[in-house]
Amino acid sequence: MPWRQLAKMVRDRLIFTGQLLFTLLVAAFLIVPAGLSIAAGVTVNYFRGIQSGLTLQWIAQVWELYAGTIVSSFVIAFATLAITLLAGVPAAYALLIRGGRVARMIEEIITLPVAVPGLAIALALLLTYGGFGAFRRSWLFIVVGHVVFTMPFMVRSVMAVFATVDIKTLDEGGASLGAPAWRRFWDIIVPNGIPGILAGSLMVVTLSLGEFNLTWMLHTPLTKTLPIGLADSYASMRLEVASAYTLVFFVMIIPLLIAMQWIAERRGVR
Amino acid sequence: MSHRGFVWLCLLPLVVLTAAFFLMPMARLLVTGADGPRGIAEYLAILTEARYRATLVNTVLLAAATTLATMIVATVVGLFLQRRRFAGRSLLIAVLTFPLAFPGVVVGFMIILLGGRQGLLGELSTRLGGNKIVFAYSIYGLFFGYLYFSIPRVILTIMAAAQKLDPGLEEAARSLGAGPWAVQRDVVLPALTPAFVASGAIAFATAMGAFGTAFTLATNIDVLPMLIYTEFTLAGNLATSAALSVGLGIVTWLILAVARSFSGNAVAAAG
Repeated sequence: MPWRQLAKMVRDRLIFTGQLLFTLLVAAFLIVPAGLSIAAGVTVNYFRGIQSGLTLQWIAQVWELYAGTIVSSFVIAFATLAITLLAGVPAAYALLIRGGRVARMIEEIITLPVAVPGLAIALALLLTYGGFGAFRRSWLFIVVGHVVFTMPFMVRSVMAVFATVDIKTLDEGGASLGAPAWRRFWDIIVPNGIPGILAGSLMVVTLSLGEFNLTWMLHTPLTKTLPIGLADSYASMRLEVASAYTLVFFVMIIPLLIAMQWIAERRGVR
Repeated sequence: MSHRGFVWLCLLPLVVLTAAFFLMPMARLLVTGADGPRGIAEYLAILTEARYRATLVNTVLLAAATTLATMIVATVVGLFLQRRRFAGRSLLIAVLTFPLAFPGVVVGFMIILLGGRQGLLGELSTRLGGNKIVFAYSIYGLFFGYLYFSIPRVILTIMAAAQKLDPGLEEAARSLGAGPWAVQRDVVLPALTPAFVASGAIAFATAMGAFGTAFTLATNIDVLPMLIYTEFTLAGNLATSAALSVGLGIVTWLILAVARSFSGNAVAAAG
């Protein structure tokens, strides 16, 4: 009997070690290039390695060359957020209160852009609105693309929270006390949807900041966002500058990621 | 204002935005696809034209290979992380999910840093006296790029699904004499099927339709999104690019719709 137990222990130990090594290998595949990119962004000469010295000159150069793209990315992300909030939150309420076939159909349609490649949506927008010169050349054209792409995430995130707090009963309770519809929406519905609105907002901003597929087709030389600048630097700049630019992107996106994870944990999902 | 009226008013901005900036443009895309020299047959060109067909086959094979590899890797890792408790586990989870918010272009750059002309593997392989390994600017670079993109997503899905499994079932199987492999094969993996279908569909649809990674690695990788892009920008071939992107959109939508009916969850492709 002790022999069998020993054999079982050894086998379990081997399985555990094998799985751990495999997991570490996968983690290395994901994290090593990110680490390389961070290191290269602050190294004087990537070819000669870290012993060539550390520097912030590449970051300074990125700021000089691409500050505009960073600013515009934030402007576009917050404009997208404003529109998805204004249109998405009331819509989530209406879709949930109304229910039925029409509501499901609308939900299905606004979710389509999640499944359809950004390239197709961008082409469609270009074919339809490409002739409206002023609109096509402005930031708004990119914002429109981002709104179409991110709207389902806002609506679904808010709807998910509305569904858990039984918004229908709350709404009817408010109505029985004689509160008008818009007051109920503002005083009862919106405060109850805050966790969903927050989660949706983080999602929208993160997606908008990183969006490339649509934006590449919709941008003009005067309307470049950060991912467009990134692609440009990957194609035409030395590795150190491209890395420093990527580093800037990491610094922007990581707080958003952490906030999203924090909210998800607090809500006890995932 | 009546309550019904208010509800409609709440819905109005969304309906207007969606109609003007999604439905109308998609309808236009559909019409443009049939507006070329081939007419409505443009939609069949992807099957009848040898060059397009080759690209389609290429894309589907790449997406299938990526999906299979991602599923195997993420299942092993996801189950391991969900089952075992050890020092550094949460750090490992953080590392494995860190790339979730990377856009396709950044993923492409990560692959260049690994397997590009100045990449780590090339450096290591020449130092060890072998040939310089450079794989980034080919379909293999794209394969690893999509792997990089999909692994974190699928790991999360598998972990969430494994958490909901009833450990009693496994214990029962074990007490009935099933070995560890038999328990995995007959109890754990079948119970995870919905999660496999959902996350496999996302990985597949992403690998079919993503554009950023391919664009960063090389503009001449022969996959569908790059074909659409070059037909549109370089060849100015509106009808073909419209028809191809409608086809691609329908395929990715169908894959995700099937997956959703399996899992009951919203699934998203991106990249």
